[in-house]
Amino acid sequence: MKYTDPEILAIILGMASVTYGIRFVLYARAHRTHIPDWLEAALKFVPVAVLTAIISPMILMPEQHFSLDWHNPWLLGAAAAFGAGFWKQQPLLTILAGVVVFFTARSLLP
Amino acid sequence: MNRFQAMRFGAVSTIPMIVGGIPFGIIFGSLAMSYGLPLWVPIAMSLLVFAGSAQFVALGLMAAGAPVWVIISTTLIVNLRHLLYAADFIKYVRHLPMGWRALLAFGLIDEVYAAVRPHYESGRLDAESGKWAYFGAIASFYLMWNTCTLIGIVAGEMIPDMSSWGLEFAMVATFIGIITPYLRRLPYWSAFLTAGTLALVLHGLPNNLGMLLAALAGVGAGVLSERFGHRDRQPTTTGKTAGEQP
Repeated sequence: MKYTDPEILAIILGMASVTYGIRFVLYARAHRTHIPDWLEAALKFVPVAVLTAIISPMILMPEQHFSLDWHNPWLLGAAAAFGAGFWKQQPLLTILAGVVVFFTARSLLP
Repeated sequence: MNRFQAMRFGAVSTIPMIVGGIPFGIIFGSLAMSYGLPLWVPIAMSLLVFAGSAQFVALGLMAAGAPVWVIISTTLIVNLRHLLYAADFIKYVRHLPMGWRALLAFGLIDEVYAAVRPHYESGRLDAESGKWAYFGAIASFYLMWNTCTLIGIVAGEMIPDMSSWGLEFAMVATFIGIITPYLRRLPYWSAFLTAGTLALVLHGLPNNLGMLLAALAGVGAGVLSERFGHRDRQPTTTGKTAGEQP
């Protein structure tokens, strides 16, 4: 690792500051901030849009290239999680179904 | 609900997210060790930054020897989504004193948002019980995250190839657990498909910019789909637009 200790400290403190800044800036002025209706209507799509954008490359491009193939354990695990999620809508069941299928596929597939 | 009950309610609501977070925290600690970072680095990151996916990205950048400012600005971009969560939560925290808001802002992560948000919406949590439940969710996830970072550091020393096991899949499964309850109406499907497809197409962009653009496009698709496809059928009865500002 080619960083000095002060550099690493700067990285961590910098990361902590920007992260906290993002989370706090709107809360700090919450009593005076009014979110317009159109924005309020858009915000409810945020969790689905953001989380899907994070995971879709992990599921479909695990080796950095597109892989819609049943040998891809990420795809199988995700399919199981989605299946369980649509069936019961219980996060715990969804997570366990996905994890079990993923690790089974990983250990069984060549 | 009194304070204690509300805190416990928040913590219990977070259990599914905690289960998914455990392998993710462990692999974070072990990955830091496999990159040869000093012991205190993952510990300090989990204590002070408390942002799973950004911590992962930062480790990768440090392993590649990226400049300090690149790591910090990438963290900013990866975590920008929390600004959107904050905008959505403003209505539930605006009555709180500054100290409370400063505390609750620290724990505004995907998992806490996903665990607490539905209970505000359903009316299960009110202004007073909400802050304790929100705090309980943060405290339980924070405790798990830091404990698992430590476990990962120790395990990573003992089992060197652990970082290749694919434990990150737990994060994927957790996020699917958050997403699927939304996918009951067409506009959410539009957001889902648009964000998912664009994230693949734009994957090559630097600094996770593709993720951010795909997410914004997904939000836009949801709004458009709701406006043009859904409006004339029935008025939305989620109650989200009512009762905003006095």
